[in-house]
Amino acid sequence: MLIQLILIVATIGVFLLLLRGRANVRVRAWKRLLLLGLVLVAVATILRPESATAVANAVGVGRGTDLLVYLFIAVFLYVVAGVYLKFRDMEAKVTAMARRLAIDEALREGPLWPDADDRTAAPPGR
Amino acid sequence: MAHDVCVVIPVYNEAEVVGDVVAEVRREFPKVACVDDGSQDQSAEICERAGARVLRHPVNLGQGAALRTGIEFGLLDPSVRAFVTFDADGQHDVRDVSGMLAMLDRDETQVVFGSRFLDGRTELTPARRLVLRAGVRYTRLTTGMAVTDTHNGLRVFTREVASALRLEMNGMAHGSEILEIVGNGDFRYAEAPVHIRYTDYSRAKGQPLLNSVNILVDLFLR
Repeated sequence: MLIQLILIVATIGVFLLLLRGRANVRVRAWKRLLLLGLVLVAVATILRPESATAVANAVGVGRGTDLLVYLFIAVFLYVVAGVYLKFRDMEAKVTAMARRLAIDEALREGPLWPDADDRTAAPPGR
Repeated sequence: MAHDVCVVIPVYNEAEVVGDVVAEVRREFPKVACVDDGSQDQSAEICERAGARVLRHPVNLGQGAALRTGIEFGLLDPSVRAFVTFDADGQHDVRDVSGMLAMLDRDETQVVFGSRFLDGRTELTPARRLVLRAGVRYTRLTTGMAVTDTHNGLRVFTREVASALRLEMNGMAHGSEILEIVGNGDFRYAEAPVHIRYTDYSRAKGQPLLNSVNILVDLFLR
């Protein structure tokens, strides 16, 4: 059935998204167009609820509600994958920033090593 | 000669023991970089008083991130030719380090991994032994490296290897990540027997065995 094909493609899409990582300008534009399309479809379905069932029947699903559930699952997975990638990106940035801060601060405290030559010297003042 | 060695000690809430560890290490190696990974206790001050240079992460990032910070700092000193990674909880024996450094000098070896399985000195519970063995098997499968202990915090490596160790796994999966970098970089490595002291303290502070699940998942999700 056609619905199976659609859902499989959507699932593979989640995977590809996971692999590709950082979204560039083009991907972001497509996402926005997709969102626009989603809004149009939503409005159309709200105005003519029976149209959802018609579409569902056309792709091999019994009821419009079922079709929505399937689509919802696919979209949900996309969102989860996107959030995960963004989260990892943020973590890398925070790490780089914290590292820079730690090293810069240590460098400001004086020589690289507090008393590498004279081990009885006092610890660096803070 | 000990001045060309930088010892990196990642520290997270180890106030109870880290002072002694740093003091012990500094008796042999004066250049100690402690990376305080956002400890809530007095760890940073204690390391400082013991004579180490302290690098403070403003937030807790994980041991892998801490190691990389310490290594990047050590690389700022052009006279440092060898790096040592050393755990803060007192489980390692400084006396093992000089032998490992000698291996770097003597042969063409660029990395020496400490292994607790090469001699009978380290006593392990059967469960811990089983999990560590599984980790070793996984590493052998994925990297093809013939190592016997993949998650030992005691390692010695040259400056060249240090520059290549750009760790991206912040958490505990860096053990495998280091091996991967060494394997992929075609660095020449060896193992040396080291003694792990499982004290009540290190057992309480160390990773629960269950954390091996997280390590595996982190590695897969990369």
